[in-house]
Amino acid sequence: MEQAAQTPTKTKTRFQYLTDRESFLGSLFLLPAVLYIILLVGVPFGMAIAFSLSDVTVGDTSLDYVGLENFRRILNTPQFRRALVNSFIITLIAQLFVIILANILALIFYEDFPGKWMARMLIIMPWATPISLGTIGWLWIFDSKFSPIDWVLQQIGLLGPDTLLGPGKHLNYLGREELAMVAVIIVHVWRMLPLATVILLAGLASIDKDLIDQAQVDGAKFWRIHRDIRLPLIYPIMSIALLFGLIFTFSDMVVVFLLTRGGPIYYTQVLPTWAWFKGIDGGNLSEGAAVALFLFPLLLVAAILILRSAKRSEIT
Amino acid sequence: MKKRSLPKQIALLTAVAVFSFFAVIPFLVMLINTFKQDADLYRPQNNPFWYNIPPTLDNLRLLFLETNYLTFVKNSLIVGTVVVIITLVIAVPAAYSLARLAGRYGETVGIGIFLVYLVPPSLLFIPLFRVVTSLHLNDTIWSLILVYPTISIPFSTWLLMGFFKSIPRDLEEAAMVDGFSRLTAFLRVVMPLSTSGIVAVIVFTFTLTLHEFVYAVTFITASAQRTISAGVPIELVRGDVFFWQSLLAAAVIVAIPVALVYNFFLDRLVSGFTMGAVKG
Repeated sequence: MEQAAQTPTKTKTRFQYLTDRESFLGSLFLLPAVLYIILLVGVPFGMAIAFSLSDVTVGDTSLDYVGLENFRRILNTPQFRRALVNSFIITLIAQLFVIILANILALIFYEDFPGKWMARMLIIMPWATPISLGTIGWLWIFDSKFSPIDWVLQQIGLLGPDTLLGPGKHLNYLGREELAMVAVIIVHVWRMLPLATVILLAGLASIDKDLIDQAQVDGAKFWRIHRDIRLPLIYPIMSIALLFGLIFTFSDMVVVFLLTRGGPIYYTQVLPTWAWFKGIDGGNLSEGAAVALFLFPLLLVAAILILRSAKRSEIT
Repeated sequence: MKKRSLPKQIALLTAVAVFSFFAVIPFLVMLINTFKQDADLYRPQNNPFWYNIPPTLDNLRLLFLETNYLTFVKNSLIVGTVVVIITLVIAVPAAYSLARLAGRYGETVGIGIFLVYLVPPSLLFIPLFRVVTSLHLNDTIWSLILVYPTISIPFSTWLLMGFFKSIPRDLEEAAMVDGFSRLTAFLRVVMPLSTSGIVAVIVFTFTLTLHEFVYAVTFITASAQRTISAGVPIELVRGDVFFWQSLLAAAVIVAIPVALVYNFFLDRLVSGFTMGAVKG
């Protein structure tokens, strides 16, 4: 104690005096993070808007103002309109399935059963693995010739000549418009289900057990308890899981990029992949930036909703 | 734990098995195919879940000796390590500042920083491609080292802010009464208590750099500079020829250890995602 008490009496440098002032130290500690974010997120975001209003390309890097010309031009292409619609369809359908399945899965994992630890690890794998590597596995599963699904369907007599699913021996999942969309949605559900499940599980775990016990004593059955106690209590957490899922799925480029490359033709393009093919592959930075900016409104709305639910949970 | 009736127990375990199967089917397929011979794999009538011809190690040999796979692994390790260091150096003080020094604005600024985490790479890759090009960093892993902290710093700051808040203020105040400055109290009292939070940030940041694909595929086209997430799916495909077994092997070799490590830190990541609404 004596030694510690003497610390302040030692001669201090000017810097040490400054770091003793809490507000100064606070700013000093925060500054690098804020600078990093401004320089590499804020500035690029401004650049994205500037690009979208200019005629910049990879070859011609000067920014000449062209107004809303890029937006007019991309809106007039069927590829872009398709990408915009697909982004919404894929995100909404995938999240619908994710939230339903995650509720079931969270209720299952709320129970105790043998091998729970192992099962939790298996369930979490799609989220823990780099999505680009997971998608490769799916690429094989949906292969036009060697799909294991086709093989199973053939074995049980659903696929092949004179069967329910037609005379062809293969469904060619990624080569057909609707099936390719279904494939993309399946991979997204597969990918986001773990995150939604663990978030819901955390919500379930935070419910006061006495409340459920009390209801059981009063004679309430499973569904009654679920509908009137659990669901209302985990609703705020569920909305957070849903919003994260919306953001991650809507802005994801990897699944479509690796699974279908937007094909057949351009029927499975989504906004991020179309921005990439236009902006990087095609070198048209300005149109690419304009396409990517269409992601922003939905992300902004989702972010505001997350903010509001966070504020609410602070109060309660 | 209350006893379940047998039918209920069976139903529960069946449901667990179905969901687990859905989760692991791509990895299962990868694992089986890793050891398959061409003559076995490329016959549509062969059972895809079984070895119809004896398994082989040739695909692994090809992967490790004749492709850039080990270079991708090395690049990913370098990128991950440097990004972890940058993230810790910047996020730890920022989080402490928001938790203790910034007063009532701390929470608001903290949420603001967290929201930056939600800005997706697919929104910013085009302008950042220009930034990286003008800094002459394209086709080097340094472009990724520069940009990845924009994702890891916001989430890490948020995670650590919650962590620092959970440490009782009294501990530092007692140290400061004893003559420590705020800075030394932070370094000597708070930091040693924060090991588990910092380990979670290291794991999170490292997996994030392993996962990221959009920037990796945009900034780098030179094969020898690629990282795993972009290198494996792009470089192990020659034209239209897929080295399927090696490709799937490359994916599963990374996937399983990452999933194992991730599992241990799940609860903490969840508490970050739920914005402290639920304590993990």
